[in-house]
Amino acid sequence: MVDCVENRLLTSRRGLLLGGASFAAWAYLPKFASAADGRDPRLVVVILRGALDGLATVAPVGDPDYAGLHGSIALAVDGAHPATGLDGFFALHPAMPEFARMYRDQHAAVIHAVATPYRDRSHFDGQDVLESGYAGPGRVQSGWLNRALEALPRGERVSSGLAIGPTTPLVLRGSAPTVGWAPVALPQADDDTAMRLVDLYRHRDPALASALSQGLQLEKAASGDDMKPKPGNQVAQMRQVARGAAKLMAADDGPRIAALAFDGWDTHANEGGPVGRLAFLLGGLDGALAEFESGLGDRWRDTVVIVATEFGRTARINGTDGTDHGTGTIALLAGGAVKGGRVISDWPGLKPANLFEARDLKPTTDLRCVIKGVLQGQFSLSDRVLSETVFPDSAGARPMKGLVI
Amino acid sequence: MARDSQAALVALNRFGFGARGGASGDLVNAASDPRGFVKAELARPVGVLLEAPGLQSTPQLGQAAFAYQDQVKQAREAAKTAAPTEAPAPPADPKPDNQLRRNLSLNTVMTEIAGQRAEAKPAADSKPADTAMKADGMQPNAAAPPTAAKPAQPLNVIQKTFRAEALARLQRAVMVDCGFTERLVVFWSNHFCISASKGELARMWAGAFEREAIRPHVLGRFADMLKAVEQHPAMLFFLDNQQSLGPDSRAGQNRKRGLNENLAREIMELHTLGVGGGYIQEDVTSLARIITGWTFAGRKGQIGAPGSFAFNANAHQPGPQVLLGKTYDATGLAQGEAALADIARHPSTANFIATKFVRHFVADDPPPALVARLRDVFVKTDGDLKALATALVDSDEAWKAPLTKMRSPYDFLIASGRLLARVPEDPGFYLNSLNLLGQPLWTPAGPNGFPDTTAAWAAPEGMKLRLDIASQMGARLGPNIDPLDLLEFAAGDAASTETRKTIERAESRQQALALLLMSPELQRR
Repeated sequence: MVDCVENRLLTSRRGLLLGGASFAAWAYLPKFASAADGRDPRLVVVILRGALDGLATVAPVGDPDYAGLHGSIALAVDGAHPATGLDGFFALHPAMPEFARMYRDQHAAVIHAVATPYRDRSHFDGQDVLESGYAGPGRVQSGWLNRALEALPRGERVSSGLAIGPTTPLVLRGSAPTVGWAPVALPQADDDTAMRLVDLYRHRDPALASALSQGLQLEKAASGDDMKPKPGNQVAQMRQVARGAAKLMAADDGPRIAALAFDGWDTHANEGGPVGRLAFLLGGLDGALAEFESGLGDRWRDTVVIVATEFGRTARINGTDGTDHGTGTIALLAGGAVKGGRVISDWPGLKPANLFEARDLKPTTDLRCVIKGVLQGQFSLSDRVLSETVFPDSAGARPMKGLVI
Repeated sequence: MARDSQAALVALNRFGFGARGGASGDLVNAASDPRGFVKAELARPVGVLLEAPGLQSTPQLGQAAFAYQDQVKQAREAAKTAAPTEAPAPPADPKPDNQLRRNLSLNTVMTEIAGQRAEAKPAADSKPADTAMKADGMQPNAAAPPTAAKPAQPLNVIQKTFRAEALARLQRAVMVDCGFTERLVVFWSNHFCISASKGELARMWAGAFEREAIRPHVLGRFADMLKAVEQHPAMLFFLDNQQSLGPDSRAGQNRKRGLNENLAREIMELHTLGVGGGYIQEDVTSLARIITGWTFAGRKGQIGAPGSFAFNANAHQPGPQVLLGKTYDATGLAQGEAALADIARHPSTANFIATKFVRHFVADDPPPALVARLRDVFVKTDGDLKALATALVDSDEAWKAPLTKMRSPYDFLIASGRLLARVPEDPGFYLNSLNLLGQPLWTPAGPNGFPDTTAAWAAPEGMKLRLDIASQMGARLGPNIDPLDLLEFAAGDAASTETRKTIERAESRQQALALLLMSPELQRR
């Protein structure tokens, strides 16, 4: 061991166990009356923690104020590292060639100037709102994805090959049972010891009994084998988790609805433009999307991946070639089931008067409309369930139509 | 007697790091005077300081890091000159596997994923185990801790420093009497956390930051700790303040750079007022301007000894600033110090700190009356942290609340080391285990530190990993240790019948020890 800290697994912004490198999913297969049509919908929610700079990822190069505001890190469609033009107004970061290809193939879409209902700038509260689905912070008992699962008809349990998630992200936390997987390496305690301990806990500490017995369900195929990530950077780990997750989700008895979280998007300083820190992370995200595409194989056809973040960053770069906490940002959709090839935006403009509180991209689309649209398109959830249970008190945020094929 | 043992468990586990094994007599001492046992350490403020041979000051460490970085740079440039055409190898990018996955079962997939990692499997049996416990007489090769399969490379100065700092902290925690003040250090260090993952300087300074900015004030004043923290090079580096320039300062004008509000925001959100503590965006920006120029001297030492805190007047935003409704005149460094002193005294800060303090020591849902009392103590004593700790120990709630909090991974490992009476000689086992359990030392994922709730640490996979680690510790147990004796040391007659029976009936001493370490008596606090 040279320096174990160098090899530490990703931990999430919220600091839960192995959070950034873990994968959590619903423990059941959804059961649909329409299964006969051969469609087998899959949904992956990717949470980017730290607040993604939407203006640097999908740049409004056609907005006359963009280049001035984003200054030294602004993207351009010419130069040494040109951004990929999407529709004549928006251009995609050059570190995302896979997403660009999916977009060209109409299997990826961008929603721009989007935000949750949260209007302050604390990461932690912002993440709570994004993941809980409530209109304000402080409601962290369950996440919107979990409450959506509760509204779905429950079919068979996914194979016992997965344990309850080590660190289920809030978005998937709640009463609907979940399973998870994280790459770890450790000689395992033997079954007998484990069973004795579960027995002790049953008598003395039922909460620990429940936690441990769930944790022990990690299947034999995983136990005893080494699943440690290869030494590598954050980007390699993003790809690796996505690769593992995609393989699990591709199996016929594997999970259909899952969530991942990637950390590190809080680019206050030296964010970089077409190359640099954000470019590096976006390359990882792009690689993770490609891993889902290849790993899901012919199931990619029925898949939607939603990529969302707690809020955006300032429209104007700060004094250290980075961006501070802002408001409006982007959401990305990718997958064979996405009606893509579009940037969906009611563009607010970047004139000073049009910025939110004179500093941030003004949100014109409620992120909940996007997510509701996907949940409805993939799983036919009713407007009522979506606006009362999944996103409480959100009747005003109507599901966006036509996001899913 | 049973009641006393119960109070002893509160003294040892809620407030301290657990009973030490061997001849310590901790449980008996704690049972005879539980409050006195906890408070004894509060009377020795100097005992909170940590000095060990070889531990250096922040400027010394900074200079060593700069020198190391210069060496690396020179070596790289020399290599470039030697082989100018050789481009660095691109990162491995395995070709996407487009094979269809029809009719593949999850079990097959899991096997496949596991198989793919096989080549990276650590050579657990062939490589000598980490010496942490072996050196103390445990069976060395029964089960090695997780180790990387890398060939041994010499550690660089940053890695060496990190490990030396870690070792000093671990040894202190394992040896100290009750551990209340060390628990306070851990609490405040997590409250004002930095992350070693920020970069080489952060890793180099992580231990020194705690020794210099946290420890001297753990039994002192909050305002002094706040100032020491926000002026420490490690914090300035971690939250980017060394890059923040006043837009109208000379440096800002010359370099066309300006504010970075990262540190200012976290000072108010995480260190003092808390979210909803009464500040708005303008206050964040204003505080960011106020603390422009708070930086550390770089390798050239133009504004001070390299690696030491420096106020760079050239980078400081000129003019008075309004923060939380009060105007702070342009007084240079003193402007920010005055602002911090006021924030430290703000009613929201008292409330935020009291709540977090009680949540850490007593319950995830802190009893409101206790929070209110500690808040009042904080206000009346102008943030006297020793008074705060004393009020906590003096409260009834802290002794009556059931032991439902879960030990954090760090707490669990230290408590195990104490019970086994093994003073670590190498930090490897602890550092590896902390990584696996999601609490890498001095490396939280964000500036809000590690979580402090039962739910976070009693998660299913976390429990399973704890059991795996407890089994490793059990497997390396020497034959001269009786797990039932250890249960006596740890809990005495407060141990449950079920736990005692579970340990008695274990099939081996090793299994018994794993079960003991995982028992509710050792996991809850």
